Amino acid sequence: MNSIQPMARIKGGVHEQQPHESGHKHVSGSAEYIDDMPEPADTLHAYLGLSQRAHADIVSIDFEAVRACPGVIGVLTVDDIPGHNDVSPAGKHDDPVFAVGKVEFHGQPMFAVIAETRQIARNAAAKVRVEYRDLEHAIDVLDAEKAGYPLVIDPLKLERGDIAEGLAKATNRLSGEMRIGGQDHFYLEGHIAFAMPGEDDEVTVYSSTQHPSETQHMVGHVLGVPANAVTVNVRRMGGGFGGKETQANLFAAVAAVAAKKYKRAVKIRPDRDDDMVATGKRHDFHVAYELGFDDDGRIEAVDATFSARCGFSADLSGPVTDRALFHADNCYFYPNVRLRSRPLKTNTVSNTAFRGFGGPQGMVGGERMIEDIAYALGKDPLEIRKANFYGDAGRNVTPYHQTVEDNIIPQIVAELEASSDYAARREAVLAFNRDSRIIRRGIALTPVKFGISFTKTEYNQAGALVHVYSDGSIHLNHGGTEMGQGLYTKVAQVVADEFQVDLDRVKVTATTTAKVPNTSATAASSGSDLNGMAAANAAQQIKARLVDFAAEHYAVAKSEVFFEPNAVRAGNRLIPFPDFIRTAYGARVQLSAAGFYKTPKIHWNRAEGRGRPFYYFAYGASVSEVSIDTLTGEYQVDRTDILHDVGKSLNPALDLGQVEGAFVQGMGWLTTEELWWDAKGRLRTHAPSTYKIPLASDRPRQFNVELATWSINREETIRRSKAVGEPPFMLAISVLEAISMAVASVADYRVAPRLDAPATPERVLMAVERLRAARNGK
Amino acid sequence: MDIQTRTSLRLLLNDRLVELTDVAATQTLLDFLRLDRRLRGTKEGCAEGDCGACTVLIGRLTHGQLTYESVNACIRFVGSLDACHVVTVEALAAADGTLHPVQQAMVDTHASQCGFCTPGFVMSLYGLWMHNPSPAVRDIEKALQGNLCRCTGYAAIIRAAQSVSARNAGHDPLVAERARVIEQLQALKDGRRVDIGEGKQRFILPADVDDFAAVLDANPGATIVAGSTDVGLWVTKFMREIGPIIFTSHLDGLRRITADDSGLTLGAGVSYTDAYPAISEHFPQLSELWNRIGGEQVRNMGTIGGNVANGSPIGDTPPALIALGASVRLRKGPNRRTVPMEKYFIDYGKQDRVPGEFVEAIHIPALKPGELFAVYKISKRLDEDISSVCGAFKALLDTAGKVQAATIAFGGMAGTPKRAAAVEEVLTGASWDDATIERAMAAFTADFTPLTDWRASADYRLLTARNLLRRFHLETTGEDNIRLNRYAAVAG
Repeated sequence: MNSIQPMARIKGGVHEQQPHESGHKHVSGSAEYIDDMPEPADTLHAYLGLSQRAHADIVSIDFEAVRACPGVIGVLTVDDIPGHNDVSPAGKHDDPVFAVGKVEFHGQPMFAVIAETRQIARNAAAKVRVEYRDLEHAIDVLDAEKAGYPLVIDPLKLERGDIAEGLAKATNRLSGEMRIGGQDHFYLEGHIAFAMPGEDDEVTVYSSTQHPSETQHMVGHVLGVPANAVTVNVRRMGGGFGGKETQANLFAAVAAVAAKKYKRAVKIRPDRDDDMVATGKRHDFHVAYELGFDDDGRIEAVDATFSARCGFSADLSGPVTDRALFHADNCYFYPNVRLRSRPLKTNTVSNTAFRGFGGPQGMVGGERMIEDIAYALGKDPLEIRKANFYGDAGRNVTPYHQTVEDNIIPQIVAELEASSDYAARREAVLAFNRDSRIIRRGIALTPVKFGISFTKTEYNQAGALVHVYSDGSIHLNHGGTEMGQGLYTKVAQVVADEFQVDLDRVKVTATTTAKVPNTSATAASSGSDLNGMAAANAAQQIKARLVDFAAEHYAVAKSEVFFEPNAVRAGNRLIPFPDFIRTAYGARVQLSAAGFYKTPKIHWNRAEGRGRPFYYFAYGASVSEVSIDTLTGEYQVDRTDILHDVGKSLNPALDLGQVEGAFVQGMGWLTTEELWWDAKGRLRTHAPSTYKIPLASDRPRQFNVELATWSINREETIRRSKAVGEPPFMLAISVLEAISMAVASVADYRVAPRLDAPATPERVLMAVERLRAARNGK
Repeated sequence: MDIQTRTSLRLLLNDRLVELTDVAATQTLLDFLRLDRRLRGTKEGCAEGDCGACTVLIGRLTHGQLTYESVNACIRFVGSLDACHVVTVEALAAADGTLHPVQQAMVDTHASQCGFCTPGFVMSLYGLWMHNPSPAVRDIEKALQGNLCRCTGYAAIIRAAQSVSARNAGHDPLVAERARVIEQLQALKDGRRVDIGEGKQRFILPADVDDFAAVLDANPGATIVAGSTDVGLWVTKFMREIGPIIFTSHLDGLRRITADDSGLTLGAGVSYTDAYPAISEHFPQLSELWNRIGGEQVRNMGTIGGNVANGSPIGDTPPALIALGASVRLRKGPNRRTVPMEKYFIDYGKQDRVPGEFVEAIHIPALKPGELFAVYKISKRLDEDISSVCGAFKALLDTAGKVQAATIAFGGMAGTPKRAAAVEEVLTGASWDDATIERAMAAFTADFTPLTDWRASADYRLLTARNLLRRFHLETTGEDNIRLNRYAAVAG
């Protein structure tokens, strides 16, 4: 008999706080990002030449001065593209790699310089002489609407009940509008791609991409080669946030085209300013709404239009604007509702995915409606919120006809209201404002309900590859990408837990299209839901074979074989895991498996605006208290309390980090992060010197973040966890509304402040002035 | 005395002595580390000194003392680093891979997510820990003003910084090797002029201030580079040829601080960090402004002289210095002249400085007894942002409560930092009361026609400028608690 005793539990299983698998490498500078990889000696560097006009015909381009620079190898133009000059992820053929004949936004790539060093390529690219013939341009969404600009993709309408009758019969009605700004991702690692030419038509691309399979297809499409000739690898990104879901494709394609043309490795990395000018961002929105509600603030009808600045092409604007509509209800039941999207073309960079994917803009619009009702009735907005929460049958169907089956928002809000001492603090804020001449305070509690699943149903599938080597070490690969969220850690925990081995026995390897094919973007918060399940499936396949083997080899019933911590029990024997695996290998057991998962239950009919697009919902709520200076519009967040639902957490430490990080990122979006275009259509906030994301000193002065540890996903997700990437981003809406309340104090809370986002100090001060004027009857 | 010249640059890079003879004038430290030395733990996030991903420590002997400060490698030129010790993130862990306590704290508190900004945070926190092993939250936030993280929301990083002090100091390369490093740097500081390269790629590190004056007089077309927090961007963002370069950050003679009854004199090469103790002692009203200039790395690099000499229309310090009546001492060769700072700024992009001339020192006269003074910086983001409006107010009241003299200067309101002459005129001789303030607020349009840009609209600038006068009045007439207090609710 073997004498080892089973350990109580493995180290690093699911539901445990585990450090990020690369944490020790992050802090020591040894985590390798693409720009850190050793380059082959003859590596070339590409640099994009960008349009200097927002909308113009290209009359001529003169590359003489570019080519004359010492060290320049060549200039890549559309003529060098062997396949298609197109990287449209929407299949609309409206996203050229290089603009041809016409440029449609300031900063649009027109060509690339290939040179011996990046600096030479960058300097040379600036020496191009382009003759433009200017055309009229529309930068702002309302200007585009006025100028009759087209929609970049078919709009969506969600409708339920009878909107005309609902509004006509409503006790009270109001209408309003709001502007919601966009947001730059400001991933710390900018875009980068590094391509190595291979034999025949082959190419390998290291790309900072959230969507390796799409990058693979786009590179193939541009090169005119099938997908099997292209391998895309990504070990980690220095942040993604949606900015590398489609936007990495152009860089990968340019590097690949150059690598094939010059038969040398080619790296492309734009400067930060060019990255911010040339790649898409969160969509800016204009929301116009008409509401009907009763005297208790209970909503009777909502008719709203969400117009988005999509930029010059479709990119992901269709699903982004769809998701805005899907979240315009947030946690509230709308008896009669009509929501419409207007995905407008503009002469700006094509806007793209960004954490929440339109959902935040929809939700900000929905919460603004609640706020308006509260000010109209002179009530605490929280009271209006509670009056409108989804409820039982009759009040549990969304505008897209999905029944809300897992509603826990009343419990979340009740707990947070108590733990944050909301009611007393609101009274204290009101009292403070009565006596304070210059500084005013505000407090707001806002909830979040966020739908989980890609609304494009086919994306809700995933693959994984698990090898158990004969020494008992485990190799894990899956289709998800690591951008800091800890996906690799979580999936490894799942696999360690399946095999009941310590986490350090599992090595997660770089995501590559060569190991797991046809993957979905690591997006829509889906990473661990999809890839965790696929990896578990792979492990289970291997385990099933091992159980068969053990039953036969040790002559026990299958029901007597157990995976115990770092050992396998077969009847009375306890065999250390490596020994057991060595024995299984000797018996010729297949120790590798490809796992697969597809999300059940979901379906969506876009034409009818009806279905069950979401497998489940994630919930959360936050209370923020702020102070503003009514002389300058400056403000600070004094305190934020959060209670957030991640189901049964796979890794509470990482989930807490996601919640804290998402909140602060959302706060930046709604406060200091301002995209500002000048009259010529040039984005002038295109670097951290001008575009201000939150600093350590901007985080709430008191920041109390808790996970709802009692929550368990009703659906059979991976270990009953819930997605966490996007939902907490919208917790930051409480900051915007708290600032609103502080502003409202100058007019005794009788006028809705209608504060647009981002609420920069300027917007806050101007709102204060506006409300003072309104109070004084001007 | 004959100046001896050396044609090589000598510095310590982690534990190695590096001697360079072939280095471009505008070679950045970041590219040198990453491309030349293959030290790729230091990252490029923005190439303009705003994100901190490239933070390294620079150790230097100043007046015989070895100090280490965090800097942005992306806008620091290698040429400026003669006789310095460059410490990168690779140097922190022990040879056996044992992490430094600062690093281990970051791992244990889950303070990295994507990890790209992390080496920079580690270096900033390491720099903090060396000076202040048990920092309060406000110290940590200040040390991290120049580091952006897009993933964590910072809470975990703050927790890491707070937990370092409770850890065993363990192995620390800079503590263990301090005596040896001092010895090595002393040997490298041989008092020679360093002169490397030809034409546009030439750069010179003068032997001392007199040598600087002579070298500049002989090369009036050269670009003077002190902290390179501004000039660095001319290279990394505007791709300008700025050579030949004369580096001055090594000149102890420009880093002198003298305080006497007449006021405070700051050598042009005094960094914001170096100046802070004297500034906060003699002009405590400038403390907050000082702590909001750039981030820690920029304050460690940037100099008062550079800030004034380059004549930004906004300027971090000029509005305050103008209101205080500061003067600029200029030098060309052996000749010196002094001009009032407000006269130094002639127009947008134009200063009263002739080729071959340099700013040698700034003198700030002491406040007279009873003089009221305040400076207010307004920016979109509280820290590490350029002001949309910066207003500085000085007033002296007579015994009857009338304004005897008022000096008011603004940044962000015109092409240069500028006095509010019409506003001052309304105030002078008037009672220091609400009615006067109302009248003075109306006079702003006579002084300023601000522009609209990405930082603020013209309307906001004008309104805020007026309101800052209101704030000054309120604060000097006994109204308390009319400004946000960001540390009221923060422990420490």
